[in-house]
Amino acid sequence: MNREDFPMLEQDIIYLDNGATTLKPKSVIDKTVEYYEKYSANAHRGDYDISYKVDQEYENTRSLVKDYIHAKYLEEIIFTSGATESLNLIVRGFFTNLLEAGDEVLITQSEHAANVIPWFHLANTNGICVNYIPLDDNHYVTLENLKKVITPKTKVISLAHITNVIGDIRPVKEIAEFAHQNNIFVVIDAAQSIGHIPTDVQDLDVDFLTFSAHKMCGPTGVGVLYGKKELLEHVEPLILGGGMNESFDNEHEVYFKDLPTRLEAGTPNIAGVIAFSEAIKYINSIGLDKISEYEKKLRKYLVDKLIDIPYIDLINIESDSGIVAFNVAGIFSQDIAYYLNKYNICVRAGNHCAKILKNEVGVNNTLRVSVYFYNTYEEMDMLVELLSDRDKILKEML
Amino acid sequence: MDENLRREIILDHYQNPKNRETVTDEKYIKVNSNNESCIDNINIYILVEDGILKDIKFDGEACAISTSSTSIMIKNLIGKTIDDAIKYINNFEAMVDEKEYDEALLKEGIVYNEIYKQNNRKNCALLPYKGIKNVLNGLKNQKNA
Ligand SMILES: Cc1ncc(COP(=O)(O)O)c(C=O)c1O
Repeated sequence: MNREDFPMLEQDIIYLDNGATTLKPKSVIDKTVEYYEKYSANAHRGDYDISYKVDQEYENTRSLVKDYIHAKYLEEIIFTSGATESLNLIVRGFFTNLLEAGDEVLITQSEHAANVIPWFHLANTNGICVNYIPLDDNHYVTLENLKKVITPKTKVISLAHITNVIGDIRPVKEIAEFAHQNNIFVVIDAAQSIGHIPTDVQDLDVDFLTFSAHKMCGPTGVGVLYGKKELLEHVEPLILGGGMNESFDNEHEVYFKDLPTRLEAGTPNIAGVIAFSEAIKYINSIGLDKISEYEKKLRKYLVDKLIDIPYIDLINIESDSGIVAFNVAGIFSQDIAYYLNKYNICVRAGNHCAKILKNEVGVNNTLRVSVYFYNTYEEMDMLVELLSDRDKILKEML
Repeated sequence: MDENLRREIILDHYQNPKNRETVTDEKYIKVNSNNESCIDNINIYILVEDGILKDIKFDGEACAISTSSTSIMIKNLIGKTIDDAIKYINNFEAMVDEKEYDEALLKEGIVYNEIYKQNNRKNCALLPYKGIKNVLNGLKNQKNA
Protein backbone atom coordinates (compact mmCIF):
# COMPACT_ATOMS: atom_id res chain seq x y z
CA MET A 1 0.00 0.00 0.00
CA ASN A 2 0.90 3.70 -0.34
CA ARG A 3 3.74 3.02 -2.74
CA GLU A 4 3.19 6.28 -4.57
CA ASP A 5 4.30 8.22 -1.48
CA PHE A 6 7.86 6.85 -1.69
CA PRO A 7 10.20 8.42 -4.25
CA MET A 8 12.64 5.50 -3.85
CA LEU A 9 9.99 3.17 -5.22
CA GLU A 10 9.97 4.99 -8.52
CA GLN A 11 13.16 3.07 -9.18
CA ASP A 12 13.05 -0.47 -10.36
CA ILE A 13 13.92 -2.07 -7.01
CA ILE A 14 12.36 -4.54 -4.64
CA TYR A 15 13.38 -3.33 -1.22
CA LEU A 16 13.20 -6.09 1.38
CA ASP A 17 15.69 -4.83 3.95
CA ASN A 18 13.32 -2.83 6.11
CA GLY A 19 14.84 -4.27 9.26
CA ALA A 20 18.00 -2.33 8.43
CA THR A 21 16.23 0.87 7.52
CA THR A 22 12.96 1.92 5.98
CA LEU A 23 12.29 4.10 2.95
CA LYS A 24 11.14 7.67 3.47
CA PRO A 25 7.86 9.13 2.22
CA LYS A 26 7.93 12.37 0.29
CA SER A 27 6.47 14.29 3.24
CA VAL A 28 9.51 13.48 5.38
CA ILE A 29 11.91 14.48 2.64
CA ASP A 30 9.98 17.69 1.99
CA LYS A 31 10.00 18.60 5.66
CA THR A 32 13.79 18.22 5.77
CA VAL A 33 14.11 20.56 2.83
CA GLU A 34 11.58 22.94 4.34
CA TYR A 35 13.79 23.42 7.38
CA TYR A 36 16.88 24.15 5.31
CA GLU A 37 15.03 26.45 2.95
CA LYS A 38 12.60 28.27 5.22
CA TYR A 39 13.85 28.52 8.80
CA SER A 40 17.38 27.20 8.94
CA ALA A 41 18.32 28.57 12.36
CA ASN A 42 19.56 26.94 15.56
CA ALA A 43 17.26 25.55 18.23
CA HIS A 44 16.76 26.77 21.78
CA ARG A 45 18.12 30.23 21.00
CA GLY A 46 14.84 31.82 19.93
CA ASP A 47 15.53 35.54 19.84
CA TYR A 48 14.10 36.04 16.38
CA ASP A 49 11.22 34.68 14.35
CA ILE A 50 12.81 31.87 12.40
CA SER A 51 14.64 30.62 15.48
CA TYR A 52 11.41 30.64 17.39
CA LYS A 53 9.86 28.64 14.55
CA VAL A 54 12.65 26.07 14.91
CA ASP A 55 11.90 25.67 18.60
CA GLN A 56 8.24 25.23 17.88
CA GLU A 57 8.82 22.61 15.22
CA TYR A 58 11.42 20.78 17.30
CA GLU A 59 9.19 20.62 20.35
CA ASN A 60 6.24 19.65 18.19
CA THR A 61 8.09 16.47 17.26
CA ARG A 62 8.69 15.76 20.93
CA SER A 63 5.02 16.09 21.56
CA LEU A 64 4.16 13.77 18.66
CA VAL A 65 6.63 11.18 19.98
CA LYS A 66 5.12 11.46 23.43
CA ASP A 67 1.68 10.70 22.06
CA TYR A 68 2.97 8.03 19.70
CA ILE A 69 4.34 5.95 22.58
CA HIS A 70 1.81 7.28 25.06
CA ALA A 71 4.34 8.69 27.49
CA LYS A 72 3.06 10.69 30.45
CA TYR A 73 5.33 13.73 30.24
CA LEU A 74 7.12 15.60 27.49
CA GLU A 75 10.33 15.58 29.53
CA GLU A 76 10.39 11.80 29.22
CA ILE A 77 11.30 12.07 25.53
CA ILE A 78 15.03 12.61 24.89
CA PHE A 79 16.31 13.00 21.35
CA THR A 80 19.51 11.15 20.55
CA SER A 81 21.28 10.12 17.35
CA GLY A 82 19.65 6.69 17.33
CA ALA A 83 18.75 3.57 19.28
CA THR A 84 22.41 2.75 19.78
CA GLU A 85 23.15 6.05 21.45
CA SER A 86 19.99 5.79 23.54
CA LEU A 87 21.02 2.38 24.87
CA ASN A 88 24.55 3.59 25.59
CA LEU A 89 23.17 6.60 27.39
CA ILE A 90 21.17 4.59 29.88
CA VAL A 91 23.75 1.87 30.40
CA ARG A 92 26.62 4.30 30.83
CA GLY A 93 24.77 7.28 32.26
CA PHE A 94 22.43 5.45 34.63
CA PHE A 95 23.19 1.80 35.29
CA THR A 96 26.95 2.35 35.61
CA ASN A 97 26.27 4.36 38.75
CA LEU A 98 23.52 2.16 40.08
CA LEU A 99 24.77 -1.38 39.66
CA GLU A 100 27.41 -2.98 41.83
CA ALA A 101 29.82 -5.81 41.21
CA GLY A 102 27.94 -9.08 41.22
CA ASP A 103 24.63 -7.55 40.15
CA GLU A 104 23.07 -9.34 37.21
CA VAL A 105 21.68 -8.07 33.91
CA LEU A 106 19.56 -10.48 31.90
CA ILE A 107 19.48 -10.31 28.10
CA THR A 108 19.05 -13.04 25.47
CA GLN A 109 21.21 -14.49 22.76
CA SER A 110 19.09 -12.90 20.07
CA GLU A 111 19.76 -9.29 21.06
CA HIS A 112 21.28 -6.78 18.69
CA ALA A 113 24.87 -5.67 19.38
CA ALA A 114 23.54 -2.32 20.62
CA ASN A 115 21.84 -4.14 23.50
CA VAL A 116 24.78 -6.45 24.18
CA ILE A 117 28.07 -4.61 23.93
CA PRO A 118 27.29 -1.74 26.34
CA TRP A 119 26.37 -4.36 28.96
CA PHE A 120 29.52 -6.37 28.24
CA HIS A 121 31.49 -3.18 28.68
CA LEU A 122 29.83 -2.59 32.03
CA ALA A 123 30.62 -6.17 33.04
CA ASN A 124 34.27 -5.58 32.22
CA THR A 125 34.50 -2.28 34.06
CA ASN A 126 32.09 -2.68 37.00
CA GLY A 127 32.08 -6.42 37.54
CA ILE A 128 28.37 -6.93 36.88
CA CYS A 129 27.29 -10.24 35.30
CA VAL A 130 25.48 -10.48 31.98
CA ASN A 131 23.42 -13.65 31.70
CA TYR A 132 20.92 -14.99 29.19
CA ILE A 133 17.28 -15.87 29.51
CA PRO A 134 17.02 -19.27 27.78
CA LEU A 135 14.85 -19.22 24.67
CA ASP A 136 12.26 -21.88 23.88
CA ASP A 137 12.24 -24.14 20.81
CA ASN A 138 10.95 -21.33 18.62
CA HIS A 139 13.69 -19.05 20.04
CA TYR A 140 11.04 -17.10 21.97
CA VAL A 141 11.32 -15.55 25.41
CA THR A 142 8.72 -16.87 27.82
CA LEU A 143 7.77 -15.69 31.27
CA GLU A 144 8.31 -19.23 32.59
CA ASN A 145 11.91 -19.29 31.40
CA LEU A 146 12.48 -15.87 32.88
CA LYS A 147 11.10 -17.00 36.23
CA LYS A 148 13.48 -19.93 36.21
CA VAL A 149 16.59 -17.82 35.87
CA ILE A 150 16.09 -14.69 37.93
CA THR A 151 17.99 -14.50 41.19
CA PRO A 152 18.08 -11.95 44.00
CA LYS A 153 21.04 -10.44 42.16
CA THR A 154 19.02 -9.73 38.98
CA LYS A 155 18.67 -5.96 38.67
CA VAL A 156 17.93 -5.36 34.98
CA ILE A 157 16.16 -7.15 32.15
CA SER A 158 17.06 -5.64 28.79
CA LEU A 159 15.28 -6.99 25.72
CA ALA A 160 14.29 -6.13 22.19
CA HIS A 161 10.52 -5.78 21.85
CA ILE A 162 10.87 -7.47 18.46
CA THR A 163 14.18 -9.14 17.59
CA ASN A 164 15.86 -8.36 14.32
CA VAL A 165 16.56 -11.91 13.09
CA ILE A 166 13.82 -14.10 14.59
CA GLY A 167 11.21 -11.36 14.56
CA ASP A 168 9.38 -12.60 17.64
CA ILE A 169 7.34 -10.17 19.71
CA ARG A 170 8.30 -10.40 23.36
CA PRO A 171 5.60 -10.44 26.06
CA VAL A 172 6.86 -7.14 27.40
CA LYS A 173 3.90 -6.29 29.59
CA GLU A 174 3.99 -9.59 31.48
CA ILE A 175 7.76 -9.42 31.80
CA ALA A 176 7.64 -5.88 33.17
CA GLU A 177 4.93 -6.74 35.68
CA PHE A 178 6.90 -9.69 36.97
CA ALA A 179 10.17 -7.75 36.94
CA HIS A 180 8.77 -4.89 38.96
CA GLN A 181 7.37 -7.27 41.57
CA ASN A 182 10.99 -8.29 42.01
CA ASN A 183 12.48 -4.78 41.89
CA ILE A 184 14.07 -5.34 38.52
CA PHE A 185 14.42 -2.56 35.94
CA VAL A 186 13.10 -3.18 32.42
CA VAL A 187 14.83 -1.74 29.35
CA ILE A 188 13.15 -2.25 25.98
CA ASP A 189 14.98 -1.90 22.68
CA ALA A 190 12.09 -0.97 20.39
CA ALA A 191 14.17 -0.45 17.23
CA GLN A 192 12.38 -3.21 15.32
CA SER A 193 8.93 -2.76 16.79
CA ILE A 194 8.39 0.99 16.83
CA GLY A 195 7.23 1.32 13.24
CA HIS A 196 5.37 -1.98 13.15
CA ILE A 197 3.24 -2.50 16.25
CA PRO A 198 1.66 -0.04 18.70
CA THR A 199 3.78 0.90 21.70
CA ASP A 200 2.22 2.17 24.93
CA VAL A 201 4.95 2.73 27.51
CA GLN A 202 2.47 3.29 30.32
CA ASP A 203 0.48 0.18 29.60
CA LEU A 204 3.65 -1.89 29.13
CA ASP A 205 5.08 -0.16 32.21
CA VAL A 206 8.67 -0.26 30.99
CA ASP A 207 11.36 1.85 32.66
CA PHE A 208 13.30 2.77 29.54
CA LEU A 209 12.56 2.39 25.84
CA THR A 210 14.84 3.18 22.91
CA PHE A 211 14.41 3.44 19.17
CA SER A 212 15.59 5.05 15.92
CA ALA A 213 13.53 7.25 13.61
CA HIS A 214 15.00 5.73 10.45
CA LYS A 215 13.31 2.39 11.03
CA MET A 216 9.89 4.04 11.00
CA CYS A 217 10.03 6.08 7.78
CA GLY A 218 11.95 8.86 9.50
CA PRO A 219 15.35 10.38 8.84
CA THR A 220 18.68 8.82 9.85
CA GLY A 221 20.59 10.32 12.74
CA VAL A 222 17.58 10.72 15.05
CA GLY A 223 16.69 8.46 17.92
CA VAL A 224 14.68 8.54 21.10
CA LEU A 225 15.32 7.58 24.65
CA TYR A 226 12.16 7.29 26.69
CA GLY A 227 12.52 6.93 30.44
CA LYS A 228 10.17 7.26 33.36
CA LYS A 229 10.65 10.80 34.59
CA GLU A 230 11.77 9.86 38.07
CA LEU A 231 14.48 7.63 36.57
CA LEU A 232 15.60 10.01 33.82
CA GLU A 233 16.24 12.61 36.53
CA HIS A 234 19.12 10.40 37.62
CA VAL A 235 20.62 9.79 34.20
CA GLU A 236 23.95 11.53 34.02
CA PRO A 237 24.68 13.28 30.73
CA LEU A 238 27.50 11.60 28.82
CA ILE A 239 27.92 14.56 26.52
CA LEU A 240 28.56 17.93 28.07
CA GLY A 241 28.48 21.30 26.41
CA GLY A 242 26.21 23.98 25.06
CA GLY A 243 22.47 24.03 25.46
CA MET A 244 22.36 21.71 28.44
CA ASN A 245 23.98 23.90 31.08
CA GLU A 246 22.17 26.55 33.08
CA SER A 247 25.28 28.46 33.96
CA PHE A 248 28.92 27.92 34.67
CA ASP A 249 31.60 30.08 36.19
CA ASN A 250 35.30 30.11 36.66
CA GLU A 251 35.13 27.82 39.63
CA HIS A 252 34.19 24.88 37.40
CA GLU A 253 30.77 24.77 38.94
CA VAL A 254 28.21 23.80 36.34
CA TYR A 255 24.50 23.84 36.85
CA PHE A 256 22.61 21.62 34.48
CA LYS A 257 19.28 22.48 32.98
CA ASP A 258 16.23 20.33 33.54
CA LEU A 259 15.08 17.43 31.42
CA PRO A 260 15.00 16.90 28.54
CA THR A 261 17.55 19.58 27.59
CA ARG A 262 20.05 18.32 30.14
CA LEU A 263 20.54 15.18 28.06
CA GLU A 264 20.65 16.93 24.68
CA ALA A 265 23.93 18.85 24.68
CA GLY A 266 25.17 20.61 21.58
CA THR A 267 23.30 21.51 18.42
CA PRO A 268 21.06 18.53 17.73
CA ASN A 269 20.06 17.04 14.39
CA ILE A 270 17.47 19.79 13.97
CA ALA A 271 16.44 18.97 10.41
CA GLY A 272 16.14 15.31 11.30
CA VAL A 273 14.06 15.83 14.43
CA ILE A 274 11.75 18.25 12.64
CA ALA A 275 11.29 15.91 9.67
CA PHE A 276 10.68 13.01 12.04
CA SER A 277 7.34 14.63 12.88
CA GLU A 278 6.14 13.85 9.37
CA ALA A 279 7.11 10.19 9.73
CA ILE A 280 4.99 9.89 12.86
CA LYS A 281 2.06 11.63 11.21
CA TYR A 282 2.46 9.41 8.19
CA ILE A 283 2.43 6.16 10.16
CA ASN A 284 -0.48 7.39 12.25
CA SER A 285 -2.41 8.18 9.09
CA ILE A 286 -2.15 4.57 7.98
CA GLY A 287 -2.47 3.10 11.46
CA LEU A 288 -0.12 0.68 13.19
CA ASP A 289 -2.79 -1.98 13.53
CA LYS A 290 -3.31 -1.97 9.80
CA ILE A 291 0.45 -2.03 9.17
CA SER A 292 1.03 -4.98 11.43
CA GLU A 293 -1.93 -6.92 10.04
CA TYR A 294 -0.69 -6.41 6.50
CA GLU A 295 2.89 -7.41 7.32
CA LYS A 296 1.72 -10.61 8.97
CA LYS A 297 -0.37 -11.53 5.93
CA LEU A 298 2.43 -10.75 3.52
CA ARG A 299 4.89 -12.72 5.60
CA LYS A 300 2.60 -15.72 5.78
CA TYR A 301 2.12 -15.59 2.02
CA LEU A 302 5.90 -15.68 1.54
CA VAL A 303 6.59 -18.35 4.14
CA ASP A 304 3.89 -20.63 2.75
CA LYS A 305 5.68 -20.56 -0.57
CA LEU A 306 9.23 -20.83 0.73
CA ILE A 307 8.29 -23.83 2.82
CA ASP A 308 7.57 -25.77 -0.37
CA ILE A 309 11.08 -25.26 -1.71
CA PRO A 310 12.94 -28.33 -0.44
CA TYR A 311 16.42 -26.82 -0.18
CA ILE A 312 15.34 -23.75 1.76
CA ASP A 313 15.87 -23.91 5.51
CA LEU A 314 13.59 -21.49 7.32
CA ILE A 315 14.97 -20.29 10.63
CA ASN A 316 11.69 -18.79 11.85
CA ILE A 317 8.61 -20.39 10.35
CA GLU A 318 6.44 -18.75 12.95
CA SER A 319 6.76 -15.06 13.65
CA ASP A 320 4.38 -12.23 14.33
CA SER A 321 6.44 -9.61 12.56
CA GLY A 322 7.52 -9.12 8.96
CA ILE A 323 10.90 -10.82 9.30
CA VAL A 324 11.82 -14.06 7.53
CA ALA A 325 15.27 -15.60 8.03
CA PHE A 326 16.42 -18.54 5.95
CA ASN A 327 19.25 -20.25 4.13
CA VAL A 328 19.55 -22.01 0.81
CA ALA A 329 21.21 -25.34 1.53
CA GLY A 330 24.82 -25.46 0.39
CA ILE A 331 25.02 -21.85 -0.73
CA PHE A 332 26.47 -19.08 1.36
CA SER A 333 23.90 -16.41 2.17
CA GLN A 334 25.94 -13.63 0.67
CA ASP A 335 26.04 -15.38 -2.70
CA ILE A 336 22.24 -15.49 -2.70
CA ALA A 337 22.04 -11.81 -1.81
CA TYR A 338 24.41 -11.14 -4.65
CA TYR A 339 22.28 -13.18 -7.04
CA LEU A 340 19.08 -11.40 -5.99
CA ASN A 341 20.82 -8.07 -6.39
CA LYS A 342 21.18 -8.82 -10.09
CA TYR A 343 17.39 -8.61 -10.17
CA ASN A 344 17.38 -5.43 -8.09
CA ILE A 345 16.14 -7.23 -5.01
CA CYS A 346 17.62 -5.90 -1.78
CA VAL A 347 17.91 -8.46 1.00
CA ARG A 348 20.41 -8.67 3.80
CA ALA A 349 22.91 -11.49 4.31
CA GLY A 350 24.91 -11.99 7.46
CA ASN A 351 24.55 -12.20 11.19
CA HIS A 352 22.54 -8.95 11.37
CA CYS A 353 24.55 -7.72 14.37
CA ALA A 354 23.14 -10.58 16.44
CA LYS A 355 26.46 -12.36 16.66
CA ILE A 356 25.65 -14.50 19.66
CA LEU A 357 22.46 -15.82 18.11
CA LYS A 358 24.46 -18.52 16.36
CA ASN A 359 24.74 -20.34 19.70
CA GLU A 360 20.98 -20.47 19.73
CA VAL A 361 19.98 -21.30 16.14
CA GLY A 362 23.14 -23.13 15.13
CA VAL A 363 23.95 -21.09 12.04
CA ASN A 364 26.21 -18.07 11.74
CA ASN A 365 24.72 -16.34 8.77
CA THR A 366 21.30 -16.10 7.21
CA LEU A 367 19.40 -14.25 4.55
CA ARG A 368 16.89 -11.89 6.02
CA VAL A 369 13.81 -10.60 4.28
CA SER A 370 12.06 -7.88 6.25
CA VAL A 371 8.88 -6.48 4.76
CA TYR A 372 7.01 -3.25 5.35
CA PHE A 373 3.60 -1.98 4.33
CA TYR A 374 4.79 -0.78 0.92
CA ASN A 375 5.93 -4.25 -0.12
CA THR A 376 3.57 -6.24 -2.31
CA TYR A 377 2.44 -9.80 -3.00
CA GLU A 378 3.89 -9.47 -6.51
CA GLU A 379 7.29 -8.76 -4.98
CA MET A 380 7.03 -11.92 -2.90
CA ASP A 381 6.15 -13.88 -6.05
CA MET A 382 9.20 -12.52 -7.81
CA LEU A 383 11.45 -13.44 -4.88
CA VAL A 384 10.02 -16.94 -4.67
CA GLU A 385 10.36 -17.46 -8.39
CA LEU A 386 14.03 -16.51 -8.28
CA LEU A 387 14.67 -18.80 -5.33
CA SER A 388 12.80 -21.72 -6.91
CA ASP A 389 15.51 -22.64 -9.35
CA ARG A 390 18.69 -23.81 -7.66
CA ASP A 391 20.57 -24.33 -10.92
CA LYS A 392 19.81 -20.80 -11.97
CA ILE A 393 21.13 -19.53 -8.65
CA LEU A 394 24.35 -21.49 -9.02
CA LYS A 395 24.74 -20.29 -12.56
CA GLU A 396 24.10 -16.63 -11.91
CA MET A 397 25.43 -16.00 -8.43
CA LEU A 398 29.07 -15.60 -9.48
CA MET B 1 38.32 -17.62 -21.18
CA ASP B 2 35.19 -19.62 -21.81
CA GLU B 3 32.47 -18.50 -19.39
CA ASN B 4 31.15 -21.99 -18.75
CA LEU B 5 34.58 -23.34 -17.96
CA ARG B 6 35.25 -20.42 -15.67
CA ARG B 7 32.00 -21.01 -13.80
CA GLU B 8 32.66 -24.72 -13.60
CA ILE B 9 36.08 -24.27 -12.05
CA ILE B 10 34.87 -21.72 -9.52
CA LEU B 11 31.84 -23.75 -8.52
CA ASP B 12 33.90 -26.90 -8.21
CA HIS B 13 36.34 -25.22 -5.84
CA TYR B 14 33.38 -23.73 -3.94
CA GLN B 15 31.40 -26.90 -3.53
CA ASN B 16 34.37 -29.24 -3.13
CA PRO B 17 37.18 -27.09 -1.85
CA LYS B 18 40.59 -28.69 -1.54
CA ASN B 19 42.48 -28.62 1.76
CA ARG B 20 39.51 -27.55 3.82
CA GLU B 21 40.29 -28.83 7.27
CA THR B 22 40.63 -27.34 10.74
CA VAL B 23 44.18 -27.73 12.04
CA THR B 24 45.09 -27.89 15.71
CA ASP B 25 48.75 -28.86 15.22
CA GLU B 26 50.78 -26.00 16.68
CA LYS B 27 53.47 -26.31 14.05
CA TYR B 28 51.08 -24.57 11.67
CA ILE B 29 50.92 -20.79 11.64
CA LYS B 30 47.30 -19.66 11.80
CA VAL B 31 46.09 -16.49 10.12
CA ASN B 32 42.56 -15.11 9.92
CA SER B 33 41.25 -13.13 6.98
CA ASN B 34 37.95 -11.34 7.04
CA ASN B 35 36.35 -8.66 4.96
CA GLU B 36 35.15 -5.62 6.81
CA SER B 37 32.28 -4.96 4.45
CA CYS B 38 30.95 -8.50 4.30
CA ILE B 39 30.70 -11.66 6.31
CA ASP B 40 33.52 -13.76 4.86
CA ASN B 41 35.69 -15.20 7.56
CA ILE B 42 38.50 -17.63 6.77
CA ASN B 43 41.32 -19.14 8.80
CA ILE B 44 44.40 -20.30 6.95
CA TYR B 45 46.91 -22.71 8.51
CA ILE B 46 50.42 -22.75 7.07
CA LEU B 47 53.20 -25.26 7.71
CA VAL B 48 56.61 -23.92 6.72
CA GLU B 49 59.66 -26.18 6.83
CA ASP B 50 63.11 -25.22 5.53
CA GLY B 51 61.74 -22.19 3.75
CA ILE B 52 59.12 -24.24 1.91
CA LEU B 53 55.34 -24.13 2.25
CA LYS B 54 54.95 -27.80 3.08
CA ASP B 55 51.23 -27.74 3.76
CA ILE B 56 48.35 -25.29 3.88
CA LYS B 57 44.78 -25.82 5.09
CA PHE B 58 41.80 -23.56 5.65
CA ASP B 59 38.46 -23.43 7.38
CA GLY B 60 35.71 -20.88 7.95
CA GLU B 61 32.70 -19.51 6.15
CA ALA B 62 32.81 -17.44 3.03
CA CYS B 63 31.10 -16.77 -0.28
CA ALA B 64 31.66 -18.70 -3.49
CA ILE B 65 34.35 -16.36 -4.77
CA SER B 66 36.32 -16.22 -1.50
CA THR B 67 36.06 -19.95 -0.89
CA SER B 68 37.08 -20.95 -4.39
CA SER B 69 39.83 -18.38 -4.45
CA THR B 70 41.22 -19.77 -1.20
CA SER B 71 41.07 -23.32 -2.47
CA ILE B 72 42.85 -22.41 -5.71
CA MET B 73 45.45 -20.29 -3.94
CA ILE B 74 46.34 -23.07 -1.54
CA LYS B 75 46.60 -25.63 -4.31
CA ASN B 76 49.03 -23.38 -6.13
CA LEU B 77 51.13 -22.39 -3.12
CA ILE B 78 51.81 -25.77 -1.57
CA GLY B 79 55.39 -26.82 -2.28
CA LYS B 80 56.59 -23.32 -3.17
CA THR B 81 59.46 -21.52 -1.46
CA ILE B 82 58.53 -18.42 0.51
CA ASP B 83 59.97 -16.20 -2.21
CA ASP B 84 58.10 -17.97 -5.00
CA ALA B 85 54.90 -17.90 -2.99
CA ILE B 86 55.19 -14.15 -2.52
CA LYS B 87 55.82 -13.84 -6.23
CA TYR B 88 52.67 -15.82 -6.98
CA ILE B 89 50.64 -13.67 -4.62
CA ASN B 90 51.95 -10.38 -6.06
CA ASN B 91 51.19 -11.62 -9.54
CA PHE B 92 47.62 -12.58 -8.57
CA GLU B 93 47.02 -9.23 -6.91
CA ALA B 94 48.36 -7.45 -9.97
CA MET B 95 45.83 -9.29 -12.12
CA VAL B 96 42.90 -8.40 -9.89
CA ASP B 97 44.07 -4.79 -9.71
CA GLU B 98 44.27 -4.60 -13.53
CA LYS B 99 48.04 -4.19 -13.55
CA GLU B 100 50.55 -6.06 -15.65
CA TYR B 101 50.85 -9.72 -14.71
CA ASP B 102 52.27 -13.00 -15.90
CA GLU B 103 49.45 -15.29 -17.01
CA ALA B 104 51.61 -18.39 -17.08
CA LEU B 105 52.27 -18.27 -13.33
CA LEU B 106 48.61 -18.24 -12.33
CA LYS B 107 47.31 -21.66 -13.36
CA GLU B 108 43.64 -21.94 -12.27
CA GLY B 109 43.96 -18.53 -10.59
CA ILE B 110 43.32 -17.11 -14.05
CA VAL B 111 39.57 -17.69 -13.56
CA TYR B 112 39.47 -14.36 -11.69
CA ASN B 113 40.99 -12.36 -14.54
CA GLU B 114 37.73 -10.51 -15.09
CA ILE B 115 36.72 -10.07 -11.48
CA TYR B 116 37.73 -6.40 -11.69
CA LYS B 117 34.50 -5.86 -13.59
CA GLN B 118 32.59 -6.60 -10.39
CA ASN B 119 34.01 -4.10 -7.97
CA ASN B 120 32.15 -5.49 -4.99
CA ARG B 121 33.65 -8.95 -5.53
CA LYS B 122 37.29 -7.99 -6.01
CA ASN B 123 37.86 -8.14 -2.28
CA CYS B 124 36.31 -11.61 -2.17
CA ALA B 125 38.90 -12.95 -4.58
CA LEU B 126 41.72 -11.21 -2.70
CA LEU B 127 40.53 -12.22 0.76
CA PRO B 128 42.78 -15.24 1.38
CA TYR B 129 45.82 -13.46 -0.06
CA LYS B 130 45.77 -10.65 2.50
CA GLY B 131 46.50 -12.75 5.57
CA ILE B 132 48.97 -15.19 4.08
CA LYS B 133 50.99 -12.43 2.46
CA ASN B 134 51.57 -10.80 5.84
CA VAL B 135 52.75 -14.08 7.30
CA LEU B 136 55.10 -14.81 4.43
CA ASN B 137 56.57 -11.31 4.41
CA GLY B 138 57.15 -11.67 8.15
CA LEU B 139 58.96 -14.96 7.66
CA LYS B 140 61.04 -13.50 4.87
CA ASN B 141 62.14 -10.55 7.00
CA GLN B 142 63.02 -12.89 9.85
CA LYS B 143 65.23 -14.88 7.53
CA ASN B 144 66.95 -11.78 6.22
CA ALA B 145 67.41 -10.21 9.63
C1 LIG C 1 16.93 -4.80 17.50
C2 LIG C 1 17.80 -3.63 17.16
N1 LIG C 1 18.29 -2.88 18.15
C3 LIG C 1 19.06 -1.81 17.91
C4 LIG C 1 19.41 -1.45 16.64
C5 LIG C 1 20.31 -0.28 16.43
O1 LIG C 1 19.71 0.75 15.76
P1 LIG C 1 20.57 1.97 15.20
O2 LIG C 1 21.66 1.39 14.35
O3 LIG C 1 19.60 2.79 14.43
O4 LIG C 1 21.14 2.71 16.37
C6 LIG C 1 18.93 -2.20 15.57
C7 LIG C 1 19.31 -1.85 14.17
O5 LIG C 1 19.49 -2.70 13.33
C8 LIG C 1 18.11 -3.31 15.84
O6 LIG C 1 17.62 -4.08 14.84
